[in-house]
Amino acid sequence: MSTTTAPRSRTHNASGGTIVPAHERTLRNRVSLGESIRHSLTMAYRGLLKIRRTPEQLFDVTLQPIIFTVMFTYIFGGAISGDVASYLPVIIPGILVQTVITTSVVTGTQLREDMDQGVFDRFRSLPIARIAPLSGALLADTVRYAIATTLTFVMGFIMGYRPHGGIWSVIGAALLVIVCAWAISWIFAFFGVIARSASSVQGISMIILFPLTFLSNAFVPVDTMPTWLQWFVNINPVSHLVTSVRDVLNTGAFTSEAFLPLIGAAVIVAIFAPLTVRAYMRRA
Amino acid sequence: MNTHTEWAVEADGLVKTFGSNRAVDGVDLRVATGTVYGVLGPNGAGKTTTISMLATLLRPDAGSARIFGHDVQREAQVVRQLIGVTGQYASVDEGLSATENLVLFSRLLGLGRREAKIKANDLLEEFGLTEAASRPLKKFSGGMRRRLDLAASLISQPPLIFLDEPTTGLDPRTRAQMWETIRRLVAGGSTVLLTTQYLDEADQLADRIAVIDRGRVVAEGTGDELKAQVGSSSLELRLGEPQLAQRALGIAERVLGVAGTTSAEAARITVPLSDPERVTDLLIELRGEGIRLEEFSVHKPSLDDVFLSITGKPTEDAETPEGAHA
Repeated sequence: MSTTTAPRSRTHNASGGTIVPAHERTLRNRVSLGESIRHSLTMAYRGLLKIRRTPEQLFDVTLQPIIFTVMFTYIFGGAISGDVASYLPVIIPGILVQTVITTSVVTGTQLREDMDQGVFDRFRSLPIARIAPLSGALLADTVRYAIATTLTFVMGFIMGYRPHGGIWSVIGAALLVIVCAWAISWIFAFFGVIARSASSVQGISMIILFPLTFLSNAFVPVDTMPTWLQWFVNINPVSHLVTSVRDVLNTGAFTSEAFLPLIGAAVIVAIFAPLTVRAYMRRA
Repeated sequence: MNTHTEWAVEADGLVKTFGSNRAVDGVDLRVATGTVYGVLGPNGAGKTTTISMLATLLRPDAGSARIFGHDVQREAQVVRQLIGVTGQYASVDEGLSATENLVLFSRLLGLGRREAKIKANDLLEEFGLTEAASRPLKKFSGGMRRRLDLAASLISQPPLIFLDEPTTGLDPRTRAQMWETIRRLVAGGSTVLLTTQYLDEADQLADRIAVIDRGRVVAEGTGDELKAQVGSSSLELRLGEPQLAQRALGIAERVLGVAGTTSAEAARITVPLSDPERVTDLLIELRGEGIRLEEFSVHKPSLDDVFLSITGKPTEDAETPEGAHA
């Protein structure tokens, strides 16, 4: 028998061939960072395959940006900014943030449904990074955010929105929103892991999301609100994200203010990613 | 063979509690490398929970377990490199095709893009799934799913394979195929730990068997040793007049030399049967005593009988799958 240690060196006759005995194998009890990233990317590939197999699950991210953008712009445009054209620089960044963050809730519900499948038991029995099944799923979902982002900008463009910052500011703003939504999706992934059913994830997430997105500066100027509400709106992280996106789009400048949401995003991931992985590991 | 650790599995006093239910209540197991070990028990006996702990899927509340000498808790990641797990329910991704599943798992196990593709095709061919390779899994039969599931467990060619009820719900032909595959695995040097509800299956495949009930190992030994405890088969008599059951039981004990049991409605008595020759004696004796029989049959020992003889009570919810009414 040869002294090969890695299983990959024996590609043929998987079940009939000679098995390398346990003590002749090179075994490690740790997964390196590089491997963790590779496992996550493979899991993301799984997520993409699933999206390709069931494209109908993209209905929400395609329809919501179209409907909401048109609806909100024409309903509020005249009242808030005098006319639709001058409302667009206000509403497009707002609706972009709202839409993409709402989309990130789906991550939690889908994760819950996914985890109810037997395949997650197999993932847990494999010598792979514990975080990979989760981070992979979350990574694949950035495709959804990209679709929602693109469609929102396309709708805005059709209605006449021309960002001052040009194409680079659009790309920059899009990346900013997608990265933040990915970070926020860890919160919903956490609910997804601890909740009993997909519908309860949806329930909890909406209760949190609704006030966060609407009690912000996404749709209306803050100074029209009562003072006590302004206090909340001004500390609301969603407001900060909206402000950053507006700054980037309408001035084309990446100010230090624009990096604030990125720091917030990093904090969210630093807290919720380990929490989620731990909860995931504990669940039977 | 010169092995460093003689035991593929060593479990000592494993305990797992769910709420007030002690699903696994102090299980000890020793599985020698290169053998097939059967864990036999009814639904809810704690078989799956035990395997889950050995496969690092569940953390034991007490006790310890080692796989080839590696602790399942402290060296979980090492253990995962040594095992393949095939669950009770096919644990492959329902949303992907058979090929995509195998490629995915191969990639996760460190194979390159091309290697993964080759591996997937090899396995599909070996398990007779090539034609169904790109079909959606929803259209797979139960047997095909199990085969795919097993194929996925064999990608890394693990020296220890856990098979949780590999044939439950399969038709007899598919079951025979699965047995063939399991035998092939062992011939290649794998150690297999399988759970089953069927005495017959454990007997066919396993070198040693542990009988598990309410989270405890109640008997352990080779198939022959266990069957010696149960009797190779049992005789079931249905009486014309139930009130004569006790008398019939007495006669049976005298003639066959072993104590039988009466069923709840007392119209039926069951006696272990080690020597079929003696049945004639018993029947003659019964007729001589004027005890009329409605029906008589010979039962191959079922899991129920094993339990009856070991624990003195029948399994609570055991289906009798091989309802071997002769």
